[in-house]
Amino acid sequence: MSLLEVKNLEVRFAMRKEELVALRDVSFKVEKGERLGIVGESGAGKSVAAFSILNLISKPGYISAGEIIFEGQDLTKLSPQQMSQIRGNRISMVFQDPMMTLNPVLTIGTQMTEALHAHQDISKEDAKQRAIETLAQVHIPSAATRFDQYPHELSGGMRQRVVIAIALITKPPLIIADEPTTALDVTIQAEIMDLMMELCRTSEVGLILITHDLGVISQMTQRAIVMYAGRIVEEGDTKDIINDAYHPYTHGLMDALPQKTTPGQRLNQIKGVMPALSSIPDGCAFNPRCPLVADICRTTIPDYSNIGSTRVACHKAAPRGS
Amino acid sequence: MAGNRLIKVDNLYKEFPIHKGFLDQLVIEKGRFVRKHESVKALSGVKLEVLKGESLCVVGESGCGKSTLARVVMGLIRPTQGEVLYQDQRIDNMGFNELLPYRKKMQMIFQNPYASLNPRMTVRQTLEEPISFHNPRLSEAEVNERVVGVTESVGVDPAWSDRYPHEFSGGQRQRISIARALAVDPEFIVADEPISALDVSIQAQVLNLLMNAREQRALTYLFITHDLAVVEHFGSRVAVMYLGTLCELAPTKKLFATPRHPYTQALLSAIPKLNQSSSDYIKLKGEVPTPVNLPSGCVFHGRCVHANERCKQEIPELKTYNDISVACHAVEEKRI
Repeated sequence: MSLLEVKNLEVRFAMRKEELVALRDVSFKVEKGERLGIVGESGAGKSVAAFSILNLISKPGYISAGEIIFEGQDLTKLSPQQMSQIRGNRISMVFQDPMMTLNPVLTIGTQMTEALHAHQDISKEDAKQRAIETLAQVHIPSAATRFDQYPHELSGGMRQRVVIAIALITKPPLIIADEPTTALDVTIQAEIMDLMMELCRTSEVGLILITHDLGVISQMTQRAIVMYAGRIVEEGDTKDIINDAYHPYTHGLMDALPQKTTPGQRLNQIKGVMPALSSIPDGCAFNPRCPLVADICRTTIPDYSNIGSTRVACHKAAPRGS
Repeated sequence: MAGNRLIKVDNLYKEFPIHKGFLDQLVIEKGRFVRKHESVKALSGVKLEVLKGESLCVVGESGCGKSTLARVVMGLIRPTQGEVLYQDQRIDNMGFNELLPYRKKMQMIFQNPYASLNPRMTVRQTLEEPISFHNPRLSEAEVNERVVGVTESVGVDPAWSDRYPHEFSGGQRQRISIARALAVDPEFIVADEPISALDVSIQAQVLNLLMNAREQRALTYLFITHDLAVVEHFGSRVAVMYLGTLCELAPTKKLFATPRHPYTQALLSAIPKLNQSSSDYIKLKGEVPTPVNLPSGCVFHGRCVHANERCKQEIPELKTYNDISVACHAVEEKRI
């Protein structure tokens, strides 16, 4: 049994005039200790996918269809009380900006032990002990002094370490990280990526990493999902997605990277922009921007087909160069 | 060299006081009131030149002073010490009216197109304003003609120019703010992280647009960014900054092939690369020190593996070796 299995998930937003479909037919699995990456541009639905796992979609959004099976139970059927026993306990979340996620008026210690007290029957001393151990685990120097400090006394990288420590403190089998390194500088980003890799390996934590940075996906994950306009367009082993992608959108994303072009030359751009949820075109959502577009793409939503380890939704799916 | 020089920045210092008011500055020490002057040292002795027609990229981590440098060069803030010269004319101490002709030649593109466009002005108004302000003699029809021309040149349909910024996507908004900068036919453009707020596929579009403008209008860029992949692609020379000082200044190819300064080496090794699963980057010890109390000597010495006694005492000067300039004692002493 997989640690997490998302089946045909659909998320809608009930607006005043219409219903917007933010996620359609999203299915994926995360095995124990596996690192899965979700890439896509803003508005592709990658954060909605992550939030819906934790049932954090707020009104007017709701899960309209599908199942989220985590450790054998369907999270979409749980009551809010049952869900809060999972959230932060069995599945933790790391957000983008550590300055926004940490409470500025509470000490690091209070914020760390809060999670423990909420989910476990643990004495104050033991909780403090656990917190200090976890701070040391994320390589924060002099953890015991940090315990009594406030977020503003720490640098950006240290704050993100604290956020990761809070996510880890209940020893969850799954962590969802939404752009965990985007707000950080490259040298700090390298350290945080290193740390998260090490933690996933040593404590067999599953990781869902959401990012728009293909370099980060390439270095950190084993499998990757590419999303476009609320749908998974391609899923496969990360090295296959990076090197031998089939979907023209994935090709376009890769080619748009400055690394892929001789310096000074024009970059290979994908024409146009991603459609808004309210105006997703008929057929394949990518068809107005697609270089391989054919008549069938304008009328029929492509089904998934399996090619090797890759699952791709495209009528014209082909390896590059053919 | 001098004839080819557009901008010269000489020994620039910028400090931002933390405690501004008199009462703010008072602290009690040993039972007595003492006045305390603390300031953030954003720039400490930056020297550089921007040559005509080049794209000089300034890179560095947050807080290293790259945006402050851009703003001082543009004359948006005044330096505490030092000079900014535009074609050998000192501009940092000019008054508002004196500066006007230079403002027309120098334009700026900001990071966030959601914040840099006035939400209450249509695209046409946004673009008309700088044109008619800097060219008061133009008739309405001529202004309009220019607006249409510049809107087309950035790939926005002029038929949309009566719309408001919120009706456009992020990429289109950034095109409009580029159009605003190009509207007055500048020679020199300072772009402060112009593509950081955009998605990958849109970044490519905007970067291509900036490169097209560079060719068609013979522009000179000062391009501020933290994205080293973009630098490698866009810049002709790169300046690496750390904690308000310049560490290294070199032609792009040379900087990426053979980084000399230990900080540049660490920075380049930390970029996440495709198809490289190992994390064999150079680990820097410690953290960036606070710009309120700068370390003595080389500002990087606390994190540098090559640091010795001299680095702790003496501030390294930017020394030029052929076309590469490095501020590092270890490089100077040929230790690395």
